[in-house]
Amino acid sequence: MNQLVKDIQRKSLRTDLPKFQAGDTIVVNYKIIEGNKERVQPFQGIVLQRRNELEVETITVRKISGGIGIERIFPVNSPKIESIEVKKRGKVRRARIFYLRDLMGKKAKVKESRR
Amino acid sequence: MVGIIGKKLGMTSIYNEAGDNIPCTVIQAGPCIVTQLKNKDGKDGYNAVQLSYGERRLKSTNKPMTGHFKNANTTPKDFVAEFKNLRRYKGVENLKLGDELDISIFNVAEWVDVTGISKGKGFQGVVKRHGFHGVGGQTHGQHNRGRAPGSIGAASYPSRVFKGMRMGGRMGGDKVKVFNLIIAKLDFDNNLIYLNGAVPGAKGSYIIIEK
Repeated sequence: MNQLVKDIQRKSLRTDLPKFQAGDTIVVNYKIIEGNKERVQPFQGIVLQRRNELEVETITVRKISGGIGIERIFPVNSPKIESIEVKKRGKVRRARIFYLRDLMGKKAKVKESRR
Repeated sequence: MVGIIGKKLGMTSIYNEAGDNIPCTVIQAGPCIVTQLKNKDGKDGYNAVQLSYGERRLKSTNKPMTGHFKNANTTPKDFVAEFKNLRRYKGVENLKLGDELDISIFNVAEWVDVTGISKGKGFQGVVKRHGFHGVGGQTHGQHNRGRAPGSIGAASYPSRVFKGMRMGGRMGGDKVKVFNLIIAKLDFDNNLIYLNGAVPGAKGSYIIIEK
């Protein structure tokens, strides 16, 4: 993307979100509009990756629900994200931990780091 | 049509008030300089305004064009385009030679048409160029002709191939116009237009936006 547009976007980014990276366990509180009612739906899982940059940045969050893996992709700077809480800091060696998809049960755990 | 010339910067996405993610093309447009006025009762015989945009070095501008820009009291420009009947629109009726036109002629949520030169694709086969479906499978004795065009006509009658038969060839690099894109955002400080959707052409290429 053009440098001028990048500089403009950098000013309008959200600053209220905590720092997190791949391997961390987070809760994304996502606003959902049903009819004319608005409610917040929490989604807790492990961050697989952070992708793109600035206003178009997204995160992929994976959780196991009823034995089935569920992944959701959230735009980080979306106003629909009410808040993000970091539950655990994970210790991983790479920025994109897709190998987690192939692991089941106890192996599909990320070691906690003492950051 | 009232319009303006711009340069495509690339694509990004922005969020509207409802929080929806809108894919956008960012175009740096204007301010354009009026370099020629054509009048119905003048020697041109029709009403139009010629706009110019983008800097060009004096060294790489030829002499006739240097003089043309000098008449409008401006520096040499890189891209020139003509807009018919532009002066019919409100606020731009009294444009003079050398006047500037910027993106204030547009409003957010307005529909615009965008013209650009599409990206060159080189020599392409009929599947990519004309949307032929190819053979459709690898079995039934197809060997290596999965993307071949097939028959291009009958034999002894008409004994020729009809004109306009779709075949492989150079693709892209054409003038393409996209209709009814919506302006998602206007940035008057930086002369940026955010258009909802894609726009023909490579990054850095010149684009004409009209409404």
